[in-house]
Amino acid sequence: MLEYLWIVPLLPLLGSAVNGFFGAKWPNKIVNIVAIGSTGLSFLGAIEAVHEFFDYFAQKQQPFHREFFTWIAAGNFRAGFDLQMDQLTVVMVLVVTGVGWLIHIYATGYMAHEGGYYRFFSYLNLFMFFMLILVLAANYVLLFVGWEGVGLCSYLLVGFYFLRKSAADAGKKAFIVNRIGDFGFMLGTFLLFKTFGTLDFVQLFAKADPWPADAMGHLGTLTIACLLLFMGACGKSAQLPLYVWLPDAMEGPTPVSALIHAATMVTAGVYVVARSHILFAHAPTAMLVVAIVGCATAFFAATIGLVQTDIKKVLAYSTVSQLGYMFLACGVGAFSAGIFHLMTHAFFKALLFLAAGSVIHAMGGEQDMNRMGGLSKKIRWTYVTMLTATLAIAGFPPFAGFFSKDSILLSAFQSEYGGRNVGYALYGFGLATALLTAFYMFRLIFLTFHGKPRYDEHHVHVHESPNNMLVPLMILALLSVVGGWFAAPAFLPGGTDYFAKFLQPVFRNVEVVGAEAEVHSLEIWLAAVAVAVALAGALFAYWLYLKRPEKADGLAKSLKPAYTTLLNKYYVDELYAAAVVRPLLWISTNVLWKTVDVAGIDGAVNGIAEGAKAIGDGVRHAQSGNTRSYAVWVVVGALVVIAVIFFWPSGGKPVLGMVH
Amino acid sequence: MVPTNYYLILSAILFGLGVFAFIFKRNVITIFMSIELMLNAVNLAFVTFSQALGKLDGQVFVLFVIVVAAAEAAVGLGIIILIARNRQTLNVERVDLLKL
Repeated sequence: MLEYLWIVPLLPLLGSAVNGFFGAKWPNKIVNIVAIGSTGLSFLGAIEAVHEFFDYFAQKQQPFHREFFTWIAAGNFRAGFDLQMDQLTVVMVLVVTGVGWLIHIYATGYMAHEGGYYRFFSYLNLFMFFMLILVLAANYVLLFVGWEGVGLCSYLLVGFYFLRKSAADAGKKAFIVNRIGDFGFMLGTFLLFKTFGTLDFVQLFAKADPWPADAMGHLGTLTIACLLLFMGACGKSAQLPLYVWLPDAMEGPTPVSALIHAATMVTAGVYVVARSHILFAHAPTAMLVVAIVGCATAFFAATIGLVQTDIKKVLAYSTVSQLGYMFLACGVGAFSAGIFHLMTHAFFKALLFLAAGSVIHAMGGEQDMNRMGGLSKKIRWTYVTMLTATLAIAGFPPFAGFFSKDSILLSAFQSEYGGRNVGYALYGFGLATALLTAFYMFRLIFLTFHGKPRYDEHHVHVHESPNNMLVPLMILALLSVVGGWFAAPAFLPGGTDYFAKFLQPVFRNVEVVGAEAEVHSLEIWLAAVAVAVALAGALFAYWLYLKRPEKADGLAKSLKPAYTTLLNKYYVDELYAAAVVRPLLWISTNVLWKTVDVAGIDGAVNGIAEGAKAIGDGVRHAQSGNTRSYAVWVVVGALVVIAVIFFWPSGGKPVLGMVH
Repeated sequence: MVPTNYYLILSAILFGLGVFAFIFKRNVITIFMSIELMLNAVNLAFVTFSQALGKLDGQVFVLFVIVVAAAEAAVGLGIIILIARNRQTLNVERVDLLKL
């Protein structure tokens, strides 16, 4: 299978093509078979490929790299359809195909009554294809193909309900905001090619490794390249200041939010940073920027999440926040911790979205948590799975989020980049974010599942989702519980920090793992603090929303300025509209449209036509229709010809000289 | 022996008369006749040069011109008859429909 690695991404593409071209007239069942079959086979193929890769790696001790065919060759530039597999790819491929497959199954239940069923699965399969290209690519050019492809699918799926204007607008917003980041990404790859003459990962990193590291605060080539790559990552992974598209992307169907805007596509930025870790290791300034942006985004998005009432919006801001954690981990050099959080987050955030979808399904399309409440008894399985995911994301042991968040906070605490105090500040904000996370997630749980029902029980018939939706929920819930034990820290019984050791071959240049002399007491203390903070957040949410619900409104009133600011998401959208969108619109309307296009280009084209018409208008009067006037013209013409013959200064060659 | 120039001057006078009549006359038949006059003025010039240079080319050309003039007369007279039928006039100033 490893030799035929291209089959893994190709299967979903085939599924997408078959469903897209022929699915319109098929019943849902056949569309299901094609969509789930192709992704399921792709998942199995990925497992087999990973299995073979382990044997390969055991022998060769190097990443698997195969050039399938050359795509672009110009001068010394070569971009090929080259696929690569190392431990980082293994994690990504399994997460993408595994979680993707589960979400496909879930979607067959969730989308069963929607129009455009085949179209939905065609797009979803296409997304799987591009995402697999992204993570399997062996050079930046092919990675960029996947990168843009997932952006396209995100656009198509966010705007899936394209008859609704808000959905179409959200799709456009996602696409355009990502363009800004992609611009930086492309410039970054150009700079890398100019510097190193190759974009192939293996060659590029081999050349970059002996390169002298830039000093902190110095904008060397690598620092600039890394910052540009990170700009692309900011767009794709919804970091400050380009995060604005992700909350709006919740206009898409919920399985899309789970697959693209939580588990896989938005983590592509983290993947790129981790993939380029050798470059980043040479650019401490870029690392510091990554850490600060990630930390700031984590905190900033978490505060917005505190007051949102749309169940999916809370999860969207939570996703932005958790992605910030991943970048924080990368920024302090703990790439394996970032990737580990990426994996656990894929489990529990996909689960949260799918469970939220199940709630929405049960409520008949209602998304406002103010009109829910008391659902826990009616949709028990959804409640149990969602509670599992909430415990995981809030960081309670022994759920997955505890381990990943804990290792990130530990790395931030010990960070050396930019000095100790920066590390402590990052840790402090990370810890505060953990508190906020626990609070808003339990707020979501209490508002949705507990308390008194706030919906019209006569009209809304709450019903549990069908099995094809519940089974993926249960599998993901299981993963959210056990997923963390891959990286159980060494101080726990049975913990071996397996995950970091697994990724060690990839990150060996930048990370030291297994320095057993580490003070375990520090780790234990930090873990205890994190759990205490999470517990405090959860208890506060319990007190505020279950014990004394009337206090919540009072608190909102007493902190009115802060509350309204948060409710309006810090007015960032309004700020962008005023600072970017409206000036651009004004320039486009008044300068580009009315001046350049209408006056300039159209003016020139129409002016030439008008001029020709005016000349014709003047000249046509010579065409009087009077025969004798024509005769005069003939005579005048003849006289002119004769005059020219006689008087033209032709060097004195006499035309009629032969008469003599 | 009459000098060559006399013939040429006569030819020029005839041609000039033809042009003059072509421009200033209104009757289409008169215009037609003035064209014939111009053609024959040219014919005269041809034979004059032919005689003066001792070559037959000019005389051959004259024969061609006569043939073409005959054909042209046939077509031209046909057009004139049609104009006379359709417009009930031979005045060219009233036959000016072919304009914008």
